[in-house]
Amino acid sequence: MENYIIWLLPLPPLLSFFLIILFTNKNKKISHSIAIGAAGLSWLGSMAVFICALGVKEFGKHVYGSAINWLPTGTTWFKIGVMIDPLSAAVVFFVAWTVLAIFIYSVGYHNFGQPKGDHDIAGLPPHGATITDQHGHQHTVPSIEPMYSRFFAFISLFAFGMYTLVVSDNLLTLFVGWEIMGLCSYLLIGFWFGKPSARNAAVKAFMTTRIGDVFMLLGIAFIYSFTGSLSFRDIFKPGMLQALASTPAFFGLSAAGIIGLLLFIGTVGKSAQWPLHVWLPDAMEGPTPVSAMIHAATMVSAGVYMVIRMFPLISAGWTVGMPLNTTMGVIAFIGAFTALFAATIAVAQNDIKRVLAYSTISQLGFMIAALGIGAYVAAAFHLVTHAFFKALLFLGSGSVIHGMEHGEMHTGDHSVDPQDMFNMGGLRRRMPITFWTFLIGGFALSGFPILTAGFWSKDEIFAEAFGNGHMVVFIVLAVAAFLTAFYTMRQITLTFFGKPRTEVAEHASESKWTMTLPLIVLAVFAVGCGWVGIPEKFPVLGGILPNWFHEFVGSTLAEVPKAVTFSWTPLLTSLCVALGGLFCGWLAYRKVQSPVEDKLQIPLLKNKYYFDELYNFLFVKPAGWFSEKFAYLFMDRTVIDGILHSVARFSLFLGGFFRNKIDKPVINEFIGDGTGNVVKASGSRLRKIQAGRIQYYMVASVAFLVIFALLYYYLIGGM
Amino acid sequence: MSIPLSWYLILAATLFCIGLFGVLSRRNAIAILLGIELMLNAVNINLVAFWRYRDPAQMAGQVFAVIVFAVAAAEVAVGLALIISVYRRSNTIVADDIDLMKW
Repeated sequence: MENYIIWLLPLPPLLSFFLIILFTNKNKKISHSIAIGAAGLSWLGSMAVFICALGVKEFGKHVYGSAINWLPTGTTWFKIGVMIDPLSAAVVFFVAWTVLAIFIYSVGYHNFGQPKGDHDIAGLPPHGATITDQHGHQHTVPSIEPMYSRFFAFISLFAFGMYTLVVSDNLLTLFVGWEIMGLCSYLLIGFWFGKPSARNAAVKAFMTTRIGDVFMLLGIAFIYSFTGSLSFRDIFKPGMLQALASTPAFFGLSAAGIIGLLLFIGTVGKSAQWPLHVWLPDAMEGPTPVSAMIHAATMVSAGVYMVIRMFPLISAGWTVGMPLNTTMGVIAFIGAFTALFAATIAVAQNDIKRVLAYSTISQLGFMIAALGIGAYVAAAFHLVTHAFFKALLFLGSGSVIHGMEHGEMHTGDHSVDPQDMFNMGGLRRRMPITFWTFLIGGFALSGFPILTAGFWSKDEIFAEAFGNGHMVVFIVLAVAAFLTAFYTMRQITLTFFGKPRTEVAEHASESKWTMTLPLIVLAVFAVGCGWVGIPEKFPVLGGILPNWFHEFVGSTLAEVPKAVTFSWTPLLTSLCVALGGLFCGWLAYRKVQSPVEDKLQIPLLKNKYYFDELYNFLFVKPAGWFSEKFAYLFMDRTVIDGILHSVARFSLFLGGFFRNKIDKPVINEFIGDGTGNVVKASGSRLRKIQAGRIQYYMVASVAFLVIFALLYYYLIGGM
Repeated sequence: MSIPLSWYLILAATLFCIGLFGVLSRRNAIAILLGIELMLNAVNINLVAFWRYRDPAQMAGQVFAVIVFAVAAAEVAVGLALIISVYRRSNTIVADDIDLMKW
C-alpha cells in the first residue's frame, strides 16, 4: 500500500501545474486553490508515508519502494521506480511542510484580495493601487500581482520536481526532477522579467547550475556504463561498491572516486558551493517565496540530498577512523571553505535577503563539510533543520519587506529601498509576529543553545569533526559558526531593534494571516525538530528523549554509524561561538545608524571578493568575445555565410546555364517552336491538295488504289 | 460449250473502265452519277458470272447482285436529290464549280 502511495506523491502538483496553465489561469482564486490543494494532497500523502515508515522496525532494511520496467535495454530492462528509505522519509517530511507553508504564504505575499494596480504590468512587481474610502480620502494600498496564476503554476511544477527527486530510487529520475527544478528556478528568478536585473539573474542561475549538471550527467553516464544500472539499490550493493572502489580510473582515483567527484560537481552547482556559488545571491531578484522555496528549503537542499544519497559510493572502501579518501577530502575542503567564505561575505551585506542568501551558502557548506568528513547523519540532520529555519527566515524577510512596502505606500516615499536593513530598525513593535518568528529562525541559524534546532544539528557536526580528529574542518566551521551568529544578530539588530531609521520603517505594518501562519508553523519546527536528535551522552538532557534521528536516518546505510563519543570541547566551542557571535553582533550594531558607521563595510567583502568581476573577466567577457569575433564574425558571417553564398552563386550560374543554353534554344526554340513551325509549314503546303473538286479526289483515290493493288500483287499477293 | 467466264470478266472490266472514265472526265454531275451506275453494273456482271461458273448451287452471287441494285437505286435517289438541291442553291451542276468545301 505505502509502496504505491509513493508514486502518487509528485502527481498533484504536476496536475495543478497543467490545470492552472491550461484552464484556470484567468481566475486567481481557483488557481491558488488548486495549487494549495495539490500541495495539501502531497503533504497528506507524505505524512501518511512518513508515519507508516515510523512504525516499521529497522526501516533501513525494509524500505518502501516499487519499480517498473521502463526501457528495454537488449535482454534486460532499465527500471525506474520510487523508494522511501529513512533518508528520503526525513527529506520528504521537511519538503512537504515547507512547500505547503510557502504555498500558503504566497497567497498573502502576492496580495490576494487586493485591488488591481493602477499601472501594474505583467513582468514587474506590483506598484500599488489607489482607493477612495467612504470619507473621500485617497489611500495607496498594495495591489495584486498581475501574473498571480502563473506564479502558482510555476511553484507547483517546482514542487513536482522536488517530490520526484526525493522519491526517486534511481539517478535518472532524480536527475529529471533536478532539471525540472533548474528550469523552474530560471522561470521563477526571472518571474519579474521586466527588470533587467531579474533577467540577468535568471540566466546566471541557469548557466551556473548547468555547469554542475553537465558534470553530474557525466557521472551518471559513467556509473551506468560501469554498473549497468542507475538504481540506488543496485549501486549500493556491497559487491558493486567494492568493485567500484577497487577499479582504478583516472588521475590515480578509483571509479567510485571519479563518479563521486563528478556527481559532487553537480551538487556544487545546485547547492551553490564555491566556486559555483555566484548565482544564489543574485537569485534574490525573484519574489521572496521563491527565495524561500528554491534557495533555502528545497532546491539547494536537493544538491545536498543527492550527495548524501550517494555517500555509500563516495565513501566506498572508507570506514570511520581511516584518513579521508581524495573525493571526501575534496568535499570536506569545498564545504568548509564555502562555509567560512560565504559567512565572511554575509557580514558586509546590507540587503536583508542577500544576507540570508550568503548564510544559505554557508550553511550548505556546513552540510557538505560534514558529509566530507563522513558525518552522514549530522549532514542529514543539518539539512532538515536548516530547511525549516531557513524557510522561516526567508519568509520572515519577505514579511519584513512587505511591511516596509506598506510603509512606503503610506508615506508615499518610494526612494527608500525596502530591502536595505539600514532603512529599517525598530520593526519589532510594528511587526510582532514577524519579529518573534524571525528571532526564532535567526537563533536557530546561529545555533542558540539547547532550545533551537540549529544548535543540535550544528553541535553534531562539531562533535563529529572533533571526535574523528578533523581539526582543520572543526576550526574553520567554528569560525564560520561564529560569523553566522554574528551576522544573524547584526541582521536582527538592524532590522528589529533600536529606533526606526526611516519614516517608512515607522509606518511598516504586520502582514496578513496567510503570511504569518506559515511563519508560526515553521517556527515551531525551527525549535522542535532539533529535539529528535539530542545525543544520548549529552549532559543532563541526553537520554530524556532518545536520539531517534540518528537511529532512523543512520539505518539508511548498510552499517549504522556509531554515535561519536561525547566530548566537552566541541560542545563548549559550539556554545561559545553561538552566544559570543550573537552578543558581539548585538554589541556592535545596537547603535549603528547608517552604513558609514558600520566598520565591516570592507569593499572586499562588500563586493563578494570580486568573484562576479573575476568570472566576468575570465569567462563572460572571453565568451562574449569568442561568440562575437569567432562565432559570429568569423564562423557565421565568413565561413557559413560564405559557403551559403557560394552555393547560391553556383545555383544562380547553373540556373542561368540551363535557361540560356538548354531551355531557351533546345526546349523552347527547337522542340517547342520547331514542332509548331514544321506542322504549320507542312499544313500550308499540304492544304493545296484539298482542291475541293470531287474528281481530283477520285483520281487520287483511283491512283492510290491502283498503286496499292499493284504493290499488293507484286509484294504479297503474287508470291 | 458456251461462252467462257473470261469473256464476261473482260466485258465487266471494259464496262467498269468506261464508267470510271465517265466519272473522272465528265463535268456534269448527273453524268458522273451515270458513270457510277455503269461501274456498279460492271460489278454485278462479275458477281453473277462468278456465281454461274463457280458455285451455281448457292444463291450468294445473286443475292449480292440484288443488294447492289437496291444500293444503286438508293444511291441514285439520294444523289439526284443532292444534285437538285445543289442546282437550286448555285444554279449549276458542274462538279468543278461545286467547291464550297475547298480550303
